[in-house]
Amino acid sequence: MGTPQNVFEVDPSTDTPAAPVSELGAAPTKAVGRARLIARRFFRSRSGVLGVAMLGTIVIVAIVGPWLSKWTIDENDFAHILTGPGIGGHVLGTDSAGRDILVRTLYGLRKSLIIGLCAALITTTIAAIAGSCAGFFGKWVDVGIVWVIDLLLVLPSFLILAILSPILSGKTWLWLVLLLSIFGWMITGRVVRGMTLSLREREYVHAARFMGVPNRTIITRHLLPNMASLLIVDVTINVSFAILAESGLSFFGFGVQPPDVSLGTVLQENQTNVTAYPFTLLPACFALIFTVLSVNLIGDALRDAIDPTSGASRL
Amino acid sequence: MLKFLIRRFLNYVVLVFIATSIAYLLAAATFHPENNYLQRNPPVPKAVVEQSLNDINANPETPLLVRYGRWLKGVLHGDFGTQFPRPESVNSEIGRRSLVSLRLLLLGTILGTVAGVLMGVFGAVRQRKFFDQASTIWAYLILATPTVVLILLVQTVGAYVNKQVGDPHFLPLTGEYDSTLHGAAFWSDRAMRLILPTITLGMFEAAFFSRYQRSTMLDVLGSDFLRTARAKGLTRRQALMKHGVRTALIPLVTFFAFTFGLILTGAIFTEKLFGWHGMGEFLIDSINNRDINSTAAVACFTAVLVLCSGLLSDVLYAALDPRVRAN
Repeated sequence: MGTPQNVFEVDPSTDTPAAPVSELGAAPTKAVGRARLIARRFFRSRSGVLGVAMLGTIVIVAIVGPWLSKWTIDENDFAHILTGPGIGGHVLGTDSAGRDILVRTLYGLRKSLIIGLCAALITTTIAAIAGSCAGFFGKWVDVGIVWVIDLLLVLPSFLILAILSPILSGKTWLWLVLLLSIFGWMITGRVVRGMTLSLREREYVHAARFMGVPNRTIITRHLLPNMASLLIVDVTINVSFAILAESGLSFFGFGVQPPDVSLGTVLQENQTNVTAYPFTLLPACFALIFTVLSVNLIGDALRDAIDPTSGASRL
Repeated sequence: MLKFLIRRFLNYVVLVFIATSIAYLLAAATFHPENNYLQRNPPVPKAVVEQSLNDINANPETPLLVRYGRWLKGVLHGDFGTQFPRPESVNSEIGRRSLVSLRLLLLGTILGTVAGVLMGVFGAVRQRKFFDQASTIWAYLILATPTVVLILLVQTVGAYVNKQVGDPHFLPLTGEYDSTLHGAAFWSDRAMRLILPTITLGMFEAAFFSRYQRSTMLDVLGSDFLRTARAKGLTRRQALMKHGVRTALIPLVTFFAFTFGLILTGAIFTEKLFGWHGMGEFLIDSINNRDINSTAAVACFTAVLVLCSGLLSDVLYAALDPRVRAN
């Protein structure tokens, strides 16, 4: 849900200056590399540290947690069905099939994290390629891509993904990642296009063009690296977007398919018990909220660290 | 001005047409209603299957483009075809359901937008004070919550409230109305049933808009024209209301058209989980039933709503920003 945030953030001033090697010759202070500078600013912000700490904990728990439990993911404990937390060795209780809720939630968390990360990387890649091509080549390429973006914004991506869901039945979650990426790149693509339009007129791009550097090299060497900061921030935004979209789709059975478990499917399995046995659902609910929250916090802190002058610092 | 709006309108109409067509083609290519007949016992005679598939214009023997042509001809005559598996008209279903959805959407959108704008303005004016901090944390939490989770949490809280009040029907968790009631009781029950879904839908919007309103408002607060307004003798409140909020609203208006798609998606979850028989529920059910005609009709409804919100934001933009009107 966080994607529309970048609509207003076309900020052409985010060139990456070369590492500030002491230009005045014998500068007494040690030169700080750009990466170090960003890292220092990032960890100075409270929300950034909080986000990293939260996400770090979540990732470690998701990876290590399932090993520590004596229950496996599909193991039915018929002696304990819908029993509350702490009964019969089930830390967070059991669901209506006697399966351990903690273990299922942790496995779901794993899958949701992987889907979020993969989908975000692919989404941003598509957006970077489509946006920079539209901005750089102009003419019919630009018209075509902008038109596709407008079109996909008229139909909400949830609707398209839901319509395409029969394709997913019996397939792995990798297909879901692909579909999420194909229908989630539009707004980022718009921002990349806007930045390309201004970068295209810079002297070094003109120079490269007049020297006969092929277009592909100009885009990958001169345009995209100058948007790196935007693209990095965008990956984090897209992670939270993909996790939110995945949980919604899976909840209705349009996303991750049965043998696989994600937080969305854990919610779906237990939704009929929401009022009578809230403990079956709440772990998955809070896992989702804290994951997305931590990713959002990291994204915002990263944006501020990369570009302290951006108005987004106040968002 | 009018020319600008007409041009925008024509652009939107073309987009709606193509978006609906794409939805139909995607649905027709991926849904296989014929599978519904495969595992019946006793097996359904082939002729009957053929006949019923032809009735809904979904016979896989017919080329996709021919089916699309037939469907398009119907739609241009105002007929969205027949539902599946129940052979009823899609039009009458939509007529009934769209009103349910629109009521929920309108109420939620209006309340959410107004609350969000107010929260944003207050937060910006009293920057870093208690209300600002609290609303920021609140918005962060809401924006990190998937719609489904928010609804389930709202329902859990609703069930808890009912338990405390001691009346399990104090805040009804599902359903739109109770047909056993009559007169005033019917309408008060109906109003109570509106509360939870509207809160859910409104909260998302309030969270979105409060963030953006706060950001644009902070930009405006530092601007020269506001100082000029104070200098010519307006009170702080007057200057803020007349010049500040109005200017800060302009970028938000364009943003409104963007978020409307998200609001619609939120409404799909809200309807389905609160048991409202609206268009959102219709979409989920149609997809589960592999009902091509209904799915395309819901897509059309969605696209038309996005069109309306786009046009509305264009008009509001012109009303708020005199520079647009001048050109």
